[in-house]
Parts: sequence; C-alpha cells; structure tokens
Amino acid sequence: MLAASCCDRRMCVCPGPRRIAIPVRSSRLPLLSDAMPAPAHLFPLIRNCEISRLGSTACYCHHKHLCCLSSHFAHSHFRYAPQKKFAALYRPKEHFNHFIHARDYASTPQRFYLTPPQVNSILKANEYSFKVPEFDGKNVSSVLGFDSNQLPANAPIEDRRSAATCLQTRGMLLGVFDGHAGCACAQAVSERLFYYIAVSLLPHETLLEIENAVESGRALLPILQWHKHPNDYFSKEASKLYFNSLRTYWQELIDLNSGETTDVREALVNAFKRLDSDISLEAQVGDPNSFLNYLVLRVAFSGATACVAHVDGVDLHIANTGDSRAMLGVQEEDGSWSAVNLSYDHNAQNEREVERVRMEHPKSEEKSLVKQDRLLGLLMPFRAFGDVKFKWSIELQKRVVESGPDQLNDNEYTKFIPPNYHTPPYLTAEPEVIHHKLRPQDKFLVLATDGLWETMHRQDVARIVGEYLTGVHHQQPIAVGGYKVTLGQMHGLLTERRARISSVFEDQNAATHLIRHAVGNNEFGTVDHERLSKMLSLPEELARMYRDDITITVVQFNSHVIGAYQNEEL
Amino acid sequence: MFLRLLSDIQWRAAHPKWRRMTSSQRSTSTTAEPHPLSLPAQAQVVICGGGIVGTSVAYHLSKMGWKDIVLLEQGRLAAGTTRFCAGIVSTARPVSIELKMAHYSNKLYEQLEQETGVQTGYMKTGSISLAQTQDRLISLKRIASSLNVMGIPCEIISPKKVLQLHPLINIHDLVGAMYVPEDALVSSANVSLALATAASRNGVQIHERTSVSHITIQKGQVTGVETDRGRIQCEYFVNCAGQWAYELGHSGEEPVHIPLHACEHFYLLTHPFKEPLSSSLPTIVDPDGRIYIRNWQGGILSGGFEKNPKPLFTEGRNQLEIQNLQEDWDHFGPLLSALLRRMPGLEALQIMQLVNCPESFTPDMRCIMGESPTARGYFVLAGMNSAGVSYGGGAVSSWRSKRFGTLQSSRTFLRHRVMEVMPLMCDLKVPRWDFQTGRQLRTSPLYDRLDAQGARWMEKHGFERVKYFVPPGNDLLDLDHSKTFYKPDWFDIVGSEVKCCKEAVCVIDMSSFTKFEISSTGDQALESLQYLFSNDLDVPVGHVVHTGMLNEKGGYENDCSIARLSKRSFFMISPTDQQVHCWAWLKNHLPDDSNLMMEDVTWKYTALNLIGPRAVDVLSELSYAPMTAEHFPSLFCKEMSVGYANGIRVMSITHTGEPGFVLYIPIEYALHVYNEVMNMGQKYGIRNAGYYALRSLRIEKFFAFWGQDLDAFTTPMECGREFQVKLDKGIQFLGQEALWEQKQNGVYKRFTMFILEDHDTDMDLWPWWGEPIFRNGRYVGKTTSSAYSYTLERHVCLGFVHHFDEKTGEELVVTTDFINQGEYEIDIAGQRFQAKAKLYPFSSLFTQRRRKDEVELSGYQRE
Repeated sequence: MLAASCCDRRMCVCPGPRRIAIPVRSSRLPLLSDAMPAPAHLFPLIRNCEISRLGSTACYCHHKHLCCLSSHFAHSHFRYAPQKKFAALYRPKEHFNHFIHARDYASTPQRFYLTPPQVNSILKANEYSFKVPEFDGKNVSSVLGFDSNQLPANAPIEDRRSAATCLQTRGMLLGVFDGHAGCACAQAVSERLFYYIAVSLLPHETLLEIENAVESGRALLPILQWHKHPNDYFSKEASKLYFNSLRTYWQELIDLNSGETTDVREALVNAFKRLDSDISLEAQVGDPNSFLNYLVLRVAFSGATACVAHVDGVDLHIANTGDSRAMLGVQEEDGSWSAVNLSYDHNAQNEREVERVRMEHPKSEEKSLVKQDRLLGLLMPFRAFGDVKFKWSIELQKRVVESGPDQLNDNEYTKFIPPNYHTPPYLTAEPEVIHHKLRPQDKFLVLATDGLWETMHRQDVARIVGEYLTGVHHQQPIAVGGYKVTLGQMHGLLTERRARISSVFEDQNAATHLIRHAVGNNEFGTVDHERLSKMLSLPEELARMYRDDITITVVQFNSHVIGAYQNEEL
Repeated sequence: MFLRLLSDIQWRAAHPKWRRMTSSQRSTSTTAEPHPLSLPAQAQVVICGGGIVGTSVAYHLSKMGWKDIVLLEQGRLAAGTTRFCAGIVSTARPVSIELKMAHYSNKLYEQLEQETGVQTGYMKTGSISLAQTQDRLISLKRIASSLNVMGIPCEIISPKKVLQLHPLINIHDLVGAMYVPEDALVSSANVSLALATAASRNGVQIHERTSVSHITIQKGQVTGVETDRGRIQCEYFVNCAGQWAYELGHSGEEPVHIPLHACEHFYLLTHPFKEPLSSSLPTIVDPDGRIYIRNWQGGILSGGFEKNPKPLFTEGRNQLEIQNLQEDWDHFGPLLSALLRRMPGLEALQIMQLVNCPESFTPDMRCIMGESPTARGYFVLAGMNSAGVSYGGGAVSSWRSKRFGTLQSSRTFLRHRVMEVMPLMCDLKVPRWDFQTGRQLRTSPLYDRLDAQGARWMEKHGFERVKYFVPPGNDLLDLDHSKTFYKPDWFDIVGSEVKCCKEAVCVIDMSSFTKFEISSTGDQALESLQYLFSNDLDVPVGHVVHTGMLNEKGGYENDCSIARLSKRSFFMISPTDQQVHCWAWLKNHLPDDSNLMMEDVTWKYTALNLIGPRAVDVLSELSYAPMTAEHFPSLFCKEMSVGYANGIRVMSITHTGEPGFVLYIPIEYALHVYNEVMNMGQKYGIRNAGYYALRSLRIEKFFAFWGQDLDAFTTPMECGREFQVKLDKGIQFLGQEALWEQKQNGVYKRFTMFILEDHDTDMDLWPWWGEPIFRNGRYVGKTTSSAYSYTLERHVCLGFVHHFDEKTGEELVVTTDFINQGEYEIDIAGQRFQAKAKLYPFSSLFTQRRRKDEVELSGYQRE
C-alpha cells in the first residue's frame, strides 16, 4: 500500500518501484503477491526504524525519503481511497486533488510560490545545447544542433540522455533512456550503448586498426565525441569492465567479418541486443571487486528503455525499445506544424506488441501475460534493457541472488519472482528500427521519455517547438482588409497577442521551453505561472506523484543541406 | 552655398568634349506609351532609376545645360520607394550638408508646380519635433541653432504652444519642441513626375520599362550601359537605383561597391475624421516615440523607425516583390502604441491600410553621393536613409562617396549594420557615439593586449582604435553607458593621459593610419609626386614632409606625411579613412607606367606613437642609438632596431606637436616592440593613451585634421599652411593655379582657433562640432572640431570664419585684421559663449624644447 501511495502506477520497487507494481512494504514485512493494505500506523515504524536498512543499498536509497515522508501523507490519502488496491489505479490527476485535500487536512495551508527567476533556475539546471560547428562559415551537416534538458521527479532522476558524434563513421547519435527500479541500468545503457552502435557501424579495417592499437598499447582512435552536460556522468569504476566487454564484441565482429558494408538498421539491432546480453552476462559472471559485483547486479536487476536516433545526412534511423518516443516536426507549406511519429511504444496500448508477446508464449499463459495493462501484471514497458527478473529462469535468478552480496539478499525486490512466471524470457531489448529519409520540411526531431508524452499530445509538441525554433508564434497574421477596425481596437488586439508571444522568448533552449509547457500548461494551452510554480515547488518526495521524470532532446535539422542532398539525388 | 556643391559638375559641363544636341531629340512626355522610341545608340549621360533622385538628377543636369541625357527606369516612373513614401520635407537635419540639401529641395518643390504645371501637392504646413527628455531638447536646440544661421525660421517652443499648433497632441510628457514653420508636405510621386516632365522638356530622353543589366567599364572608365533593349554608349553613368543600387553596382565585371541595404518600413493610413483634419496642420515628429505623423486626406498618415527593423532583399530580389510585401501589424504594434500615446484622440479612427514600403539605409546614415573611386564616370546617388524626398532635390553634388572600402560591402555587415542604423534615425545622438555592429573587423595585433588593460574602443573605417584606458577599479559599466551632452565621465581619465604625454611619455597605437609605398626604377616617383603634392618632396633622403594632396581648385583631397626612404621610394602616411579615396586618386593621377610601383602597406605595419618628453630616453635605451636632436632631428625618418627587432621605421613626428616618435613596426614584431617599450618605459612613467588624449593635444596645438577640419573645399591658404605650399618649387603641381590666385587675392574663409572664455566645464553644455560662430553678433561660420584643453583649462574650438557682406550676404576676403578685430561668440544649443579667436597657438604651451615640426605643423610661422 505504501508503494501505491508513494510511487505511481508504473512500478514500485521499494523499496519503491515505479514501473513494476510489486507490493512491498519493507524488508521486514512478509512478501505477499496479494498484499493487504497496511495499517497506517505501521508507517511511523518504518520511518523510525528502517531508514538505515532501506538506505543501505546505494541504488535504492533515493526511495527512502519517498517512503518515509509520504507516510504522513498516507494518513489523509487513505481517508479518501481506503479500499483501493495499490498499483496502477492512481493517476497523477487524481493525486492532485488528494494532495490539496491532504494539505487542508493537515491544516498547514502554506502557499509558497516560486518567483519566475526561481522557476527558471529550476527549469534550466540541466539544460544543454550543442551547435554543430561551422567550417568556412558553412555547416555541412544535416544537423544544426540540439537542445536537451531534463526535469527530475524521482530523486535522483532515473532518466538518462546521451549525445555523441561518431568520429570514425559519419553521423550523430542521440538518445533518451528511462530507467525503472532504480537508475543503474539507464546509467549503464547511456554510457555504453553508443559505443556498441559505433562499433557495429565500423568497417572491418577500422576495427582491426583499433584492435591492433589495443593489442600493442598504442593510443586508441577516438570513436565518439560526447556532448555532455556536466551532470551527465560516466562511472569511472566500471569503465575497465565495460571496455573489456566491448572489446570482446568487436573481436567477434572482426572474426565474423562478413565483408559486407554495414547496414545501419542491422547495426542498431545488433548493438541493442549485444549490450543487453552483456549486461546479463556480467551479472551472471560477477566480478571479484565487491563494488563492481554489486554494480553489475544492480544494473541487471533494474531496467531501462531506450530511444536512439542516428542521423547521417538525410538518413534518419530511430531505434526504440520501450515507451520513450521519437517524433518528427514537419512544417507544412502553409507554415503550420504537424507531428510524425517515428517510433512505436512498446506497451499494452500497442496491439501489435501485445500480440507479439502472446505469440511468444503458450496459450495457457494468455490471461496472465498482460494484466492491468502490464506485462505479467507488473511491468509497463514490453521491451527493456536489464530487468533480468523477466528474462532469467527462476533457477538462475535464485542462484545469482543467493551467491550475490548481502545487500542483494536483503532486498525484497530482487528476491521476488514475478507471478505466473513459466516460460522466460518475457522481455527483450531488441529495438524496432524505423528509417526515414529527411526532407526539407522536416525541421526537427523530438526524443523524449514518457514523462513528456503523458502530459502533452504530439501535435502540441510539434507546434510549440516549431514556433519556438522559428521564433514566430504562428498566429494568423492580422489583415485589416475591408473590415472596419479602429486604431484603438487594433491596439488592444496587438497588446494581447504580444503578451501571448512573450512566453516564447523566456527560454534559450527548445527542450526547456517544452518542459515549461509540459509542466505549466493550463487548459488553454498557455503556460500558467501559478501552476508551474506549484508543480516545481512540490517537495521532491512528492513530485513523483504528479509527474514523471521528463527528458527531452530536440534535434534541429539543416533544411538547406537536406535540400541540397535531395537535389543531388534527383 | 548650393552652387558651391554643384561646382564640380559645372566644371565638367564646361569640358571641351561637350556636344550640343538639338531639342528635336526630346522625348515625348512621361506618360508616354511603352517604348515609343528606340533606345539611342549613344548618350553622354545615362541615368538609371526613375525615382525622385533619378528624375531630380535629370532635371538639374538638363537645367544646367547638359543635353545628351537618357533616363532609364525598369518599371514606371516614380514606382519604387518614391511612390510609397510619406512625402514629408523636413529640414531638421543634424548634419549641415544634409540640412542644406533639404532646404534647397524645399525651395525647389515650392516653385516646381508653377514651373512645370504638374501638381505636386506642395503644402507648407510646418513641422514640430517633440522632446520627451531634456537631452532630446538639447539636440533639438543644436539643430535650431544651425537652422537659424541658415536663415530658416525655426523656434524652440513650450509644450503649451505645441497644443495650440496641433490640438490632438498629448503634451503631458513633453519638455519642449522645435517648430519649423516652413517645412512642407508633397506628393513624392507627383514631384518626381514634375521633375521628369521638366527634364524631358529640356531634352532628356526618358525610357520606362527598360532595365539596365550591367555597366561596361574599360580601363577604369565607364564606356556604356547594357539594357534589355540594347546597348547605349555613354561617358557618364549615374546610379540612382535606390535599393537596387547595390546589385546594379555588382552586376558588371568590375564591381562598384555601393554599401546600402533595404529594410521594411511601415506607415499607417487612416480614414478621415468625422470632421476631416485640416490639411494645414503641422507634421509631428516624435523621435522619442520613434514616429512621425502627418495629416493625410482628412485623416492621418503615421509611420516610424522601430527598434527591431526587418532587413530584406539581402540576397537581392526583383522589383515585383515590392508590391507584394505584406502588412505586419504585430511588427507595427509598438509604433501604434506610441502613436496612440501621442494622440489618444485617434482611438476611434478607422484604419485604411498599413503600407509596407522598403527603404534603403547606408552603414553610416549618410547618403551615398559622388563618383565611384574605382570607375571614372560612374556616379552614385543612393542610400537616402528614408529621406529621399527631403534630399532628392538638392542631391546633385560630388560629395565623398569614397569613404567606404570593399570591407563595408559584405552583405552580412550591411544587413547587421542597417539593423542598427534604422533605429538610430530616431535615437538621440550624443557626442562621440559609436556604431555597435560590424565591429572588430580590422584590429591591430596589439588589440587583445590593449583590451586587457582597460581599452575602450571606437571604430574608424572598420578599424578599432582606442578612445582611452579605463584604470583598474573604475566602474566599467557606468563608463560605457553614460552618454551626455555635458562633461563626460572619462574627463579625468583622459586628463591624466594628457598629463602623462606632457610630462613623461605615452604610447598610442596608431596602426589604423593608411600607409602607402611609392617607388620607381628611375625618377618617375619623385616627378609624379611633385605634381600631385603641393610641398617640395625633393628633400634629402630620410626627411619627412607634411603636405597636402590637392585637387584642381587647391582643395585638400588628402593631408599626409611623406618620408623619403631613398632616392626613388617614398613612404606615405594618411588618415585612416583615406585608404580608398587616396588610392583611387593616386591611381587616377599617376601615369600608367610599369616602372612606377605603388603598394598599400597599411596592414604590414603596426604604428606606435610615443608622445612626450621622455620618448627620447625610452627609444635611445632600447636602440642603443643617440636620439637627441643633433642625431635625430625632427621630421626625420630612419630604419633602426628596437629591442631584438630590426627594420623598424622611426619617424620623429607625433601628429600632436608634442615631442616624440612614431614607430612603424612590421606586424610580426609588434608585440615584442610593444612589450620592450612598456618595460623600458616603466622607469620613465610610461602609460597607454588613446585617441581622446591625442585629440585634445592636437586641437590645443591648433592642428587641423583631414576629414574633420579639412575637406576637398579647403585650401592650404585658408588654413594657414602656406608654408607647406611651394609655389616656386619649379615644378607645376595640381591646384597650383588656384593657390596662386588665392595668394594674390586673399582667401574667403580662414581656419581659426577659439578659446571659450565664460564656459563652465562642469555645468555648461560641451561644444562638439557644427556650432555656429558669431562675430560681433553676426554669423560667420561653423566650428569643425572641439576639445577640452587640459593645459589651458578651457575649451578650444576650431572652425572657419567667413566674411559675409552685411547687405548683400556676398562672401568677402577674410584678412588677418578681420579675424583679430572681432568679438566672437560660439552658439552651443542656443546659448552663446564668448570666445577668443587666435590664428596661432599659445606659445606658452611649449614649455618643452621647441622643435622644428611644431613650428611648421602649428600652422602659423610667426614673424
């Protein structure tokens, strides 16, 4: 019950998972698949006694606040929905009402509002922009640059993002990764996936060259140039381990030498699958270093979705695993904006995906496969990295957990086996790849985690970003024509229009601008400062109930270059 | 005055090659059917552009007796910007030559209807320029002073009076206004048609729907015009193509750079009031609100110059698109707010149309007029900066178009600069303002070093020059943002730089100066230069000569220093903005001789000016060479080593009259020599100084500078530089005859120095330039530059004194007695200050050992 109240519908690993709705109270309480509502008076107990234990696991520790602090909130919460079962029943909007009531009930009606500069400093804390450098006053790349930003709801944030330029092949890689059951898997994928993709794309000679360099201890050709916000970190401890796995991969590629030129689609699929199997393998093998050993297990037991774009000239490939989404912003001839989806969500709303899962398992499991719109009634995304709980056999899981470090053993979630778990694997990291040939009217690409898409429709996203990037708030231009308009009326009209436009110019970053709308939009589709301020001033323990982590990368295309490519091809 | 501007054209008109044509060649009237006549195969003058400027050129040339003229227009006459323009003739211009042109136009339009019978819609309504701030009022007062001495009625009025003149105006936020009762309104298209009618009566052939594809230029001389209807051979071509002038200039094989760029310009037309507005209501200009308002058919016409202009046609377009430009109400919004704030009563007035009419602007807000520096016979009149109607009539002169180099022709530069220029039309211009865009284009190699030491920069001809150095600890933001007509905040900073120049030694980076090398295999260099320069250049090797480069009338085309490096080579230093003009002049006048070499070496040398009594000590320590007067006399040039660097040209001149040297350093040594000088100079108290210090020094020493005090209409005789003219050097030189005549008959103006007597530096408005000079209460001329002299602790103004006959206004000879026997006053924004006139600088200033160049440069050898 605690899980349901403190985390959202997606998953509770509590300690406090988010995407997997597993009823967990604390490591002390008996683990029941059909959990009973916990009496509210138990929570103080947890708060007072269990903090140290809950917090002892580095990765899960962020949930301790969530549990403890939400417990006093839980009192009031139960008043209004005492009979509800946990899990997916609670939607953020419902929460919002409860929240207000909760405040009233607690009779602490503090109304603290953030000033616009405070709001801005929160919104802009993680913003990052990259402009493709110009040579000779000309940008010959089809990408002008990108804007990226993320707004945490979890503490710490479970989303990750990456962007890099391939140095040994052409093209640019961008991705967003949405972690669940902790951030470990998303972190690992964000560090490693692009290397796997880049290596998959490399021609045979370059692979040989790199291997020889490693062999003889010479300096390595740089493979990727990263474009990172200072907050986007790489783990130093695991780099050696990661590197060895990567090296094994390219050695296999060298041995396999097919002699064919590498197909991007194939490279993306191979890279995704290979990384996931490496994650799985590393967890099975373990590491003598206890810190690393624990790390690889955390990575494997947590999960992450990935949505990655590879742009090379006019060739845009989107590889997607899970429910993050890629969307293309297209400017129509009349100047208006429309959205084209370049990925399919892998979740219960996608019938093809449900069908796929059903086909992979015996008919007897049909009923238990997808329950409450979740895989095995637990997991929202139908494809993901990590999440070995849904991939390994029960024996393997038990063996690894038992031989693993104590922290793992103490953790309820890792020990818990999903119900109706008969024919693993239930989950794959294989991406769906969509190829799109860029046209001059394709102005930008938005990659974002579901935190954005659940609050905004893609059409609105296209319009808001499009208007932001062109600097024009697309309103019908006013024409007087034959109408009788007085100067005073016109003045009033213009003043009103100006006020609407001014919000566009607050942000220097398209992703920030989008987040501002996603969080602060009122029913009229304009940013309401009061609402924005309320949402951002939620204590970080509560924020997760009203919104998800949001990560956005907006790639802006160079229409001139794309037009030139097109002409060449004609 | 206007005749004076025209004199160059008249001189050409008197050219012997002139052919007279019979009047039978006249074309039919301007309303002619398309292509009634085939194009002539040749003409003397071809004018491209049938707007107000083009028709005005045709009108004036034909009136002055030119016959063989063809005017080509790609569409219809008066169809471009002219058709859309608001038709306000305003004489309130801050620059005096523009003011004169506007005044002339006004007079011309007044009588045009009578002369031609074509209705021009001329209506003398007067104009009121409003001031919302005290600073604005000061700038209006300065303009008012200029107008008054021109004999144009003009007064500064109170807000109450404004209300009496124009009942619709909200006066609550006004501090005053300027009323010019004779300003007028016209219909610009009709004026243009009237001018065309008159011109065609005088024999000008006008061809509409004929577009010029390019101009053919051979050996730097215009030979013909290619059109879509055939070729016309011609001697002179006049580019009046407005915003297309840039493209037209670039269309030929030899491009002619005409730096202008178009911006969208909006104005609003309304339906008439219920009770239509009187057509005699004065025009309102509200520069603080960025708008102008005139009455129009019972309603109003109002436009403005917004802060965020929309440049267009950067890539060049065809004319058709002008007509299709869209109204943009959101863009016009701020101007509409300003309009309703000024005239709240308009709220109920119905909108008729928002007109979008492109205007062209130039990088320095002055119109482009005159002959191209690269092609003889190629004249340009364009870039009217939205004032075509005001200038159109008067804009026939040979004023400098050579101030722009190719560097100002970058389309990006133009696009960015016009976005700054257009709002400036309404911005308050205080002394010493600088453009902010298109900066850091050309810099000295020491730029970063100087910048790190607190340098504040200004721009000349694209080159960054130091104004002064802000000492560490001063509030920098404050210094940059306060602009004032009163005592500026850098006063003490420059004061201490000047003091250092006087007592120790300062170093000023003067790399921007234009530097040419002229050499030959034989005596050709000397011979040609002797013809081009008034002073005797046949001096021993190593000597430096100050001399003017004069035109036929003896006027200064350039004022320069020339060092004789060897028997056959010369090194020439000219002002920064001479780079294009001087080069063109030399190219045109030097014989076409392959043995005569000329090279622009401006970019090869960094110049450091060491000013002050201790410069000698610094330099001799660095070079281990004695630098005393016996070994290194003044006006001397020697190549020597400084520090580790060899081949540095040291000249004993400072351009200020103070003792010191200029070091011309090959740029790769610049940083080394600068460091050496600064290190060695430490014990002599060396410091950096900027141009403001230099300016103060040179003005208190009465040094005239070309471009500020001297121009093509000023002769050495008029500014007391007879000693730089060697009439008897035995070789004929350009301008010699004119100077002989002046020597015999006397001069009509005289360069004079004024020391303000009862001026309070802290409290009173500072002089700038262009202030009227009064002698015994009568107007005698205007100042050309001014500075505060830290030595005299007084303001010094330099300017020209004329002698106008009391009855006829005719110009009389100015004698020394006339100057000395007057009581003088300088008018600063309407307030007059007593001034002492001097024809020679104060000898008491020269506490230091007097040097030969001081005597010579200071202008007046005392008997």
